Amino acid sequence: MEDLYREYILDHYKAPRFRGHLENPAFVYEDDNPTCGDHLHMEVAVDENGVVSAARFDGMGCALSQASADILLEHIIGKPLEEVKQFSKDDLLNLLGITLGPVRLKCALLSLKVLKGAIYGLKPGESLTDEED
Amino acid sequence: MPNLEISSILDVSRIRADFPVLARETREGVSLVYLDSTATSQKPRQVIEALADFYLHHNANIHRGVHTLAEEATAAYEETRARVARFIGAASPKEIVFVRNATEAINLVVYSWGRANLREGDVVVLTEMEHHANLVPWQMLAKGRGVKLEFIHVRPDGTLAMDELPRLLALKPKMVAVSGMSNVTGFQPDVAEIARQAHDAGALVLVDGAQLVPHAPVDVQALGADFLAFSSHKMLGPSGVGVLYGRRALLEAMPPFLGGGDMIKRVTLEGFSANAVPYKFEAGTPAIAEVVGLGAAIDYLNAIGMEAVHAYEQAMARYVLPRLQEVPGLHLLGASLERRGAVFSFWIDGIHAHDVAQVLDYYGIAVRAGHHCAQPLHIRFGVPATARASFYIYNTPEEADRLVAALYKVKEVFA
Repeated sequence: MEDLYREYILDHYKAPRFRGHLENPAFVYEDDNPTCGDHLHMEVAVDENGVVSAARFDGMGCALSQASADILLEHIIGKPLEEVKQFSKDDLLNLLGITLGPVRLKCALLSLKVLKGAIYGLKPGESLTDEED
Repeated sequence: MPNLEISSILDVSRIRADFPVLARETREGVSLVYLDSTATSQKPRQVIEALADFYLHHNANIHRGVHTLAEEATAAYEETRARVARFIGAASPKEIVFVRNATEAINLVVYSWGRANLREGDVVVLTEMEHHANLVPWQMLAKGRGVKLEFIHVRPDGTLAMDELPRLLALKPKMVAVSGMSNVTGFQPDVAEIARQAHDAGALVLVDGAQLVPHAPVDVQALGADFLAFSSHKMLGPSGVGVLYGRRALLEAMPPFLGGGDMIKRVTLEGFSANAVPYKFEAGTPAIAEVVGLGAAIDYLNAIGMEAVHAYEQAMARYVLPRLQEVPGLHLLGASLERRGAVFSFWIDGIHAHDVAQVLDYYGIAVRAGHHCAQPLHIRFGVPATARASFYIYNTPEEADRLVAALYKVKEVFA
C-alpha cells in the first residue's frame, strides 16, 4: 500500500491540477473501465506549432485511475503532439513509479487509453486496434 | 456476548484446520482474512484429497468403458449425482444435470426450455437484484423474439418489493426466475411464497441458487423450484462443475442443448435420437474429478449440517452489520437484517471501492470491489461500485473486527 498510495499518487488524486474542461478543445474522448466502472473524459488543445497547449480531464473512479490521468496530462502539456502519440504504456508506468498487478494495471492505463483515443481522433465507442487489453 | 452466541453454533477453529489456505500470510507478518467466499469459497483438505485420490487411483473416462478404472470412475460420478439429489431434496438423480457452473445451468434452461416454449408477447418475470447470469441470458433470448421481461424491484433496504408480484403475475408470465440469495445485498427472498403465487398464476419457477445452496438448507420440493441452478466452487467444491436441477417431466420434454458424445441414443448420418435425462444434457466428457470433489464438499457440509451453516451465518450477520454501520461515511447496499446472509456490500463517502479493497489487502483482508455482476442493482442504488465482504463457515467474529479496524485505516489514508 505504501507503494501504491505513495504521497505523489494521493496528492494528485486529492488535489488534481488538471480536472476540468477547456473552451475549445481540438480533441475530446472518453471511455470506461468496464470491470470497475472507472470513467474518464479528456479534452486536449493543440497550438499552431502542433504542441499540446492545454488539457483537462473529468471522471470518476479509484485513486489510481484519476491520479494517473492528472499525472499524464501534467506530463504531456507543452510537448509536441507527435511526441505524445509515441508515449507508451511503459512510459506511463515509469511516470507513476509503481508496479501493478493485472487488475490495477487497467485502472492506471485507462488515462493513456483515453488520451490516445482523443489525439488519434477516435469517435465514442471506437478504439485503437493496438490496445493491449 | 455475541461472540459466545456465535461460537456455540459451530466449532470454527476445527473447521479452519481443514482449510490449509486460511493459515497463510499475504505478506510477512500479516495473516490472511478471506472475506470473498461469495466470489468463490476456499476448499477443505477433504475436497482437495478427493480430487487427488481420483487422479492418483481411479482416473478414467466415464460410461461405455468396461475396464476396472472406467467402472470406478463411472460409479464415483453417478454416486455424486445421487448425493446431490439427496442434498437438495430432488425426487430422483435423473433430475440432476452436471454442467460447468450456475451460469451454464441457467443458459441451458433459457436455450432449451426458453426457445421451445417462449413466443412473441410472452412474459418472463425476474428481479432487479439478479446476478447477470440470471439476466443476460434472458435478455439474449428476449431480444428479437418479442419476449417481455418484467422485474420485481428492490426496496431501499435491499428487500424485494413483494407487493409488485400480483400485478406482474396478472400478466400471465410463463416463467418467474429469481435468485435465492443476492450476491450483493445478501437478501434471501421468500422463494417458497414467490413460487406458490407463480404456480397459481401458471408460471414455472427457476431459482438461481448460486448463493442460496452454499449457505442454507435447500429442498427443491418445499421451495417449489421447477429449476434450480448452482455452482460447486461456491460451496467448498472445485471450480468447473455446476448443477442444474429440473423437474423430470420438464427435462424430458425439453430439446437437447449441446450436441455431441454421451447425449445421444443413436446416431446415423441422417440424424440422431437423444439420450434419456439427464445424459441428454451432458454432451462431451464432463468435469469428472471435479464432480467427485463436489461429492466430498457435500459430505463436508452435511457433516456440519446446513441448518448449522445457516444459523452461524445469521449470527455473523447480526454481529457484523451494526459494526459496519458504526463506520462514519459507510453506506450498506441493503441494510436489512431480515432474511439475509452474511454478505455486505458497501461504499464509503469519497473513496472508490477499488481503493477500499486495495488498502484492506494491505492488512491481509480479501474483499471484492466492483459491481459484482449485478450492475442494474448498483444503478438502482446510484453507485458505480461497492466493496463486498462475505463470510462463510470458516470466518470468525475476530476477522470481522479486523475488517472494521482496517476500514478506519482506509478512511485515514484518504482523509
